[in-house]
Amino acid sequence: MPPRQYTLWISARKDTGSAWFLGALAVVAIVMPILNLAVPASSALHVSTYGLTLVGKYLCYAVLALAVDLIWGYCGILSLGHAAFFSLGAYAMGMYLMRQIGPRGVYGDPILPDFMVFLNWKSLPWFWYGFNHFWFALFMIVLVPGSLALAFGWFAFRSRVTGVYFSIITQALTYALMLAFFRNDMGFGGNNGFTDFKDILGFDLHSDRVHLVLLVITAGVLAASYLVCRMIVSSRAGRVIRAIRDAESRTRFLGYRVESYKLWVFVFSAVLAGIAGALYVPQIGIINPSEFAPINSIETVIWVAVGGRGTLYGAAAGALLVNYAKTYFTSAFPEIWNYALGALFVLVTLFLPRGIIGLVSGRVKKQTKTERLRIPAESPEPSEE
Amino acid sequence: MSARGKTLYVEHLTVSFDGFKALNELTLQIEPGELRCVIGPNGAGKTTMMDVITGKTRPDSGTVRFGPDLNLLSLSEPEIAQAGIGRKFQKPTVFEQLTVFENLELALAGDKSFLKTLLARRTGAQQKKIDEVLEIIDLTAQQRMPSRILSHGQKQWLEIGMLLMQDPALLLVDEPVAGMTPQEIERTAALLQSLEGEHSVVVVEHDMDFVRSIAKRVTVLHEGHVIAEGDMNQVQSDPRVIEVYLGG
Repeated sequence: MPPRQYTLWISARKDTGSAWFLGALAVVAIVMPILNLAVPASSALHVSTYGLTLVGKYLCYAVLALAVDLIWGYCGILSLGHAAFFSLGAYAMGMYLMRQIGPRGVYGDPILPDFMVFLNWKSLPWFWYGFNHFWFALFMIVLVPGSLALAFGWFAFRSRVTGVYFSIITQALTYALMLAFFRNDMGFGGNNGFTDFKDILGFDLHSDRVHLVLLVITAGVLAASYLVCRMIVSSRAGRVIRAIRDAESRTRFLGYRVESYKLWVFVFSAVLAGIAGALYVPQIGIINPSEFAPINSIETVIWVAVGGRGTLYGAAAGALLVNYAKTYFTSAFPEIWNYALGALFVLVTLFLPRGIIGLVSGRVKKQTKTERLRIPAESPEPSEE
Repeated sequence: MSARGKTLYVEHLTVSFDGFKALNELTLQIEPGELRCVIGPNGAGKTTMMDVITGKTRPDSGTVRFGPDLNLLSLSEPEIAQAGIGRKFQKPTVFEQLTVFENLELALAGDKSFLKTLLARRTGAQQKKIDEVLEIIDLTAQQRMPSRILSHGQKQWLEIGMLLMQDPALLLVDEPVAGMTPQEIERTAALLQSLEGEHSVVVVEHDMDFVRSIAKRVTVLHEGHVIAEGDMNQVQSDPRVIEVYLGG
């Protein structure tokens, strides 16, 4: 009886977690538009544009959580710098949106974004070229986070930087980028970042319909990211990745280039984070250097831990759940949110090492485990004694 | 991958850690298909020798060659593994979260680059090879179990099985029977002896009875170099060996 092979198709019977997750995502993508468009604003079931944006934001965070789970939950590398990749993707999308404003800015300059006019810049810096094309922005959304991860990971993994040291330098990475992006002369709007976007591909970003479409696209991207991550983790390469997490030098002595595996996963994970950032910006309408803040990367790790690291749907569910809680608590009890988040992390680490998913699936898992253990007992085992 | 029939030459190997010479001008030769036991008191340099051969530790001086022209000192750990040298650790090291079957599958010989394993599908020949090894290490019934629930002895066998999956020309086996019951030791002895001829095997072991039961040739290390080599009787009657090890 061969063990499972990877497949893109979800068998609901074999993989209930995936089936539930993708099913719920499909429901969100179908029901949210209906509640927004077809239900009158007076009804309690009506979802406002603000509500749509909020859900869209959660879905972007879920993509980011998948990226973090892949590198941390499966490969055992705790990256505390994924906010950097998220923000770089977001800035790349932001640059496209800024160029779309054209002469409609406050200063009416046809080429230069407002902040450049304000800083008395005479011409567009070279690294802004091309961002008037959507395809170019898409390309950069993948290329910039990917190549930063490639360069950073290449040095770090080759020098066999692991564990807490890796986590610390990724924190330093995102912090350094934050300081850099705060500077006006970097050419990314400094402190204020980018905002006042007008449209995307000619569609008005202030329209409800466009927000609806963005939400559905985000749900689609989340589903696609989920399937690709799932394909990776259930392939033989995915088992090598878990082997590296559990016994790195054993893997090396089996002939696997551990550094190259780590690098592939890290780069893929960074690209995914960048895509999440790019989807985030048009829905939220602003991007500024505070997105690079070290705390953001740590929060992402908390979502994954709360949801259940090492299960992809757990990570995504954790992102949705914690962020929903954050939205609620920061408006109801703004002063206690940070304490609540910290306490949540401590409690989950102490009592729920497999997160909420571990708690929910605990009973089911236990059952299948005993079933599995029963198999060899039924088929007579060659005696050792 | 035919690395068979290659001789391992270890010549004048010296490794020091903070002035302490773990290996001191160690010279050793393992013939193709030979089963060699390496013994010696604690700190004699047995594990360091394995570390150097498998690329984990770089020596201060000396050479390690596999066959007439392959210089192992210029290769990384995965490259050495791909060149046909497998290693079993002192403490059994298997992938606890994966099943027995998956452990063996990961050890399969072949292209181990990321993109290849990402798209890898198991072939009939690979399935057959895994089944064969499961049979040899007697874990067929446990193949679907996560390896963390195996007994200590079964983990040791699984790790030896993983070496066999690599189809190595040379196996380096560090203390295979530590912590095993007498019955398990007996079966491990039979397993290692069955490999002789097909693979070169170097066994590092403390358990004298075990060494006596499997070894044709024994090398005794002391303070980083070879003090005696020969069959068990010769070695046991060597006065230097008696002084530093057996009689001590």
